[in-house]
Amino acid sequence: MAALAPGLALAAWLALGALLVGATLSGEERTLARPLLAGREALLFGWWLLAALLGGWMSSRLHEAHVAATGRLTDATRLLVGDVNAPALVPAGAKQQRLLAEAINALASDRRALKADMARLVEEASGKVALERDQLGTLMAELNQSVIVCNADGRILLYNGRARALFRRLSTAPAIAGGAELIGLGRSIHAVIDKALIAHAIEAIERRAARGEGAASSRFVTTTPAGHLLQVSLAPVRPGAAGAPLSGYVLLLDDITEDYAAQSRRDERLTRLTEASRASLASMQAALDMLDYPDLDAAEREGFLAVVRDEVNTLSARLSDLAADASEDLLTRWPLQEMLGADLLTAAAQRIEATTGQAVAGTEVDDGLWLNVDSFALTQTLAFLAHRLHETPDRPPLTLRLAPAAGGWAHLDLVWPTGEDAPHRPKGWRTEPMQLAEGGSPLSARDVAERHGGEIWLAHDRPRGQSFFRFLLPVATGRDAEAGPPERPEYYDFDLFAVSDAARALEDRPLAALAYTVFDTETTGLDPAGGDEIIQMGAVRIVNGKLLRGERFDQLVDPGRSIPEASIPFHGIRPEMVRGQPRITEVLPAFHAFAAETVLVGHNVAFDMRFLQLKEAATGVRFEQPVLDTLLLASVAQPDEISHSLEAIAARLGVTVSGRHSAAGDALTTAQVFLKLLPLLGQRGVATLGQARAAAEASYYARLRY
Amino acid sequence: MGTKVLIADDEPNIVVSLSFMMKREGYEVLIARDGSEALAMIRAEKPRLVLLDAMMPGMTGFDVCEAVRADPEVRETRILMLTAKGRESDVARGLGAGADAYITKPFSTRDLAARVRDMLA
Repeated sequence: MAALAPGLALAAWLALGALLVGATLSGEERTLARPLLAGREALLFGWWLLAALLGGWMSSRLHEAHVAATGRLTDATRLLVGDVNAPALVPAGAKQQRLLAEAINALASDRRALKADMARLVEEASGKVALERDQLGTLMAELNQSVIVCNADGRILLYNGRARALFRRLSTAPAIAGGAELIGLGRSIHAVIDKALIAHAIEAIERRAARGEGAASSRFVTTTPAGHLLQVSLAPVRPGAAGAPLSGYVLLLDDITEDYAAQSRRDERLTRLTEASRASLASMQAALDMLDYPDLDAAEREGFLAVVRDEVNTLSARLSDLAADASEDLLTRWPLQEMLGADLLTAAAQRIEATTGQAVAGTEVDDGLWLNVDSFALTQTLAFLAHRLHETPDRPPLTLRLAPAAGGWAHLDLVWPTGEDAPHRPKGWRTEPMQLAEGGSPLSARDVAERHGGEIWLAHDRPRGQSFFRFLLPVATGRDAEAGPPERPEYYDFDLFAVSDAARALEDRPLAALAYTVFDTETTGLDPAGGDEIIQMGAVRIVNGKLLRGERFDQLVDPGRSIPEASIPFHGIRPEMVRGQPRITEVLPAFHAFAAETVLVGHNVAFDMRFLQLKEAATGVRFEQPVLDTLLLASVAQPDEISHSLEAIAARLGVTVSGRHSAAGDALTTAQVFLKLLPLLGQRGVATLGQARAAAEASYYARLRY
Repeated sequence: MGTKVLIADDEPNIVVSLSFMMKREGYEVLIARDGSEALAMIRAEKPRLVLLDAMMPGMTGFDVCEAVRADPEVRETRILMLTAKGRESDVARGLGAGADAYITKPFSTRDLAARVRDMLA
């Protein structure tokens, strides 16, 4: 029909033309014209048809070149706008259009290059940032000082292993929560350091900055709830230029409890000595003054002399006690460090050569043997002993030998040949203070051995014709034993810089931005009201959408009752495993602190919450934070699935289950499931905590009650 | 009968010399070995002057001093404190407790005798 329409229109047009011509003719003209036209209609019609076809063809060419090609060009250009990698335009149509297409192609390729550049730059920049973060993380991990970085609200963004260890000591429940209730990403530092103290330190810095003084850190000392004395150095973090409001601060922490105690002991000792000496001196002086009287009888004179002698003895005894105390301090103050045995021998050989002027004849060392030593004192002692041997007439050649011995010890020998004869014993080698030309030490060789908890003796090996001084030294044990969980713990999260307490109205916050404690309990049975008890609690933390494997809670609990044999296959906890473990009255407060300021998450959590609620009276802790249940959330996210057991959900979401039916293992699985559920919930319009709770309540499973 | 002087010190070695000297100075000497004994003797014997050691076990010299000043019966007793504590803060504490004078150990007995004479004059 569409193809016929132009033809019909043309035919109508022709008929109209014929009618118009016909209308202008009079009667006879018409009769005159008819014979004229008769026989030529075919020619006329053919000619018209030719013209019509020609016209049709021309207009189709024009349409093709100007309308259809433009449309295609537009479509292809739109495609390019949407996707820089769409194919380039094929120039077609009229010349102008081909030019246009080429111009658009040029623009698109420019844009493509620009986008690629941008992507490269972004990738480089984020790579650099990631590298810097990793470097910072590594640096922090290696630092000997406790470092904590907080945002302006006191939330912890970063901490290092030292800080972790320090907080373990500060914890009031060290055996249970291990300090993880105090330090953790997103936790508040104010649990340990008073908010007012930090505010005061920041104020002091601001005041100094306002006066134009450079030093931008502040120091203070504080006591912790556990009674430790912390020296804190606070340095502000400012985005960009100085003078900008601070976005956070860095804390350097030192536990000076020990130092302080040692210093107090020294002070006290000094004061005691001063006062006691004054008293003694006063007695002596008074007695001497009396002796000045010329008319004393013999008994009186002897009495005053006795006073002087007595006081002299008292004073001497006091001084020797003090000296002994002080060298005890010297002994206890030296920390041992781990050292490769071969390195120690090299250092000792150099020291001996420097002292005696004679090179060591050789060293025998067991490769890969690490020692726990004070290398300075040890090389000094070896040099001292070598020096004493060198003073003897025969100046024997010396060898150093290091070999492992039984029971975590090693033998470090300074060997010299003596033949069959008993060895020459340098006098006082063991107990005299070590005097050397380049300065000695008040310690003796025995003191140095004792500092290592070891021994030193002189031995004679008759069959081999050797004598040697033998040090018994501790082998470094547990290297890397403190490495903790195999995965590197997440010690930093700079995204927390952007989070402020003001924006913490929980209900309206996106689920991904909240902090969670995902937990699980193992129990003696299913009936908390009927006397069943918790025997294990495990939990992990999620902060800013990241699972913090390093900050975990994993504790067996003594239920104070028997564990039914039938339940053991489910949790694998035998009665002897909970013997001596803390009771729930200790564990629950620690867990409460661990879960502070987070949303609780569990699988079928109503069951666990019931146990916690029943313990409220006994433990005095209430869990008042919001609670989410992965079972309910899974039924919201995947309403058509039938099974919402933890295994089934984990399998569906591609989460590997490990340590099933241990509290910590299940908590870890639940946390991974929870993280996978979040985007699925987002697709269903569940994005905030309030929405999640509403959706969970509305779900079918919520109608089941325990 | 001479003027009564009480020597209160837990160190026998100094008491020997002080009592010898005070007797030679012509005073009647009483001796107390600790703070509470000293206070009891002050109340019972009412000595004119007390040589009071600051650091004694139990009741310290400072405590004795305060108790004496608070007791109207013996308030007028002259008190000379002897102490091994030499810090300014200790001197201030002694005088604050109401001692008339404060001498730091060790001291010259000649000076001590002169001080006692002045205080009893």
